[in-house]
Amino acid sequence: MKDLSETVTDIVSAVLLLTGAVFCLLGALGLLRFPDTVSRLHASSKAQTLGVLLALLGAAVHVPLPYAGLLLLTGLFQLFTAPVTGQVVGRVAYRTGAVDHRTLFTDELVGQLAPPNPPDTENGDDDGNGDGDDDGNGDGDDDGNGSGAGRGRER
Amino acid sequence: MSAVAVVALALLSVAGMLVLVRLVHGPRALDRIVALEAMVSLVVAGACVGVAAWEYTPFVPVLIVLSLLGFIGSTVAARLIGEREDLR
Repeated sequence: MKDLSETVTDIVSAVLLLTGAVFCLLGALGLLRFPDTVSRLHASSKAQTLGVLLALLGAAVHVPLPYAGLLLLTGLFQLFTAPVTGQVVGRVAYRTGAVDHRTLFTDELVGQLAPPNPPDTENGDDDGNGDGDDDGNGDGDDDGNGSGAGRGRER
Repeated sequence: MSAVAVVALALLSVAGMLVLVRLVHGPRALDRIVALEAMVSLVVAGACVGVAAWEYTPFVPVLIVLSLLGFIGSTVAARLIGEREDLR
């Protein structure tokens, strides 16, 4: 019976470790292949985090109980910190113009958190969506992007 | 179990090489930050494989420290790049 449970634990741990490694590899592939910073952040922040969580779980079912608790705590830290990093990097990427706007279906931040140097859409014929109220960004810490109105967003 | 660990470590090594390519010629500094965070995650996953395969439990506190350092480092670096224009 002891031998059987050990075998089952080995199999579960091996499956979890291999799945986690495959997810890490897919995340790295997306990080290499995707076109702009936000897409790469997407691949890295989701697939990679899932891979690390699966690897932590696969290690946690295989070690004694206090170490398993520490590994699960590490997984909990990953779940807390990965969205924070993703949000900060994505915000800085948007504000520094690292977003390829041709890959977006919609852009809900266009009047509120505009990049200081818009990419290549300065052709002057903004079609009615140049709303002059840029009052959604009064959070004090944005430097030089307070005038996000009047950018032509027709594509 | 050892063969599984070797296969998982091989997959993680290939992933590390791909991340290293992005790290070397990411066109922006933010790409390099994202790649560095992914590299820290890969190191954590590899240490998990080592812990599980060879029962090497002294690596477990190293895992916690590495994940927290990766979080703090990438977040602070991204904030710094957002503040200073000469680093972009």
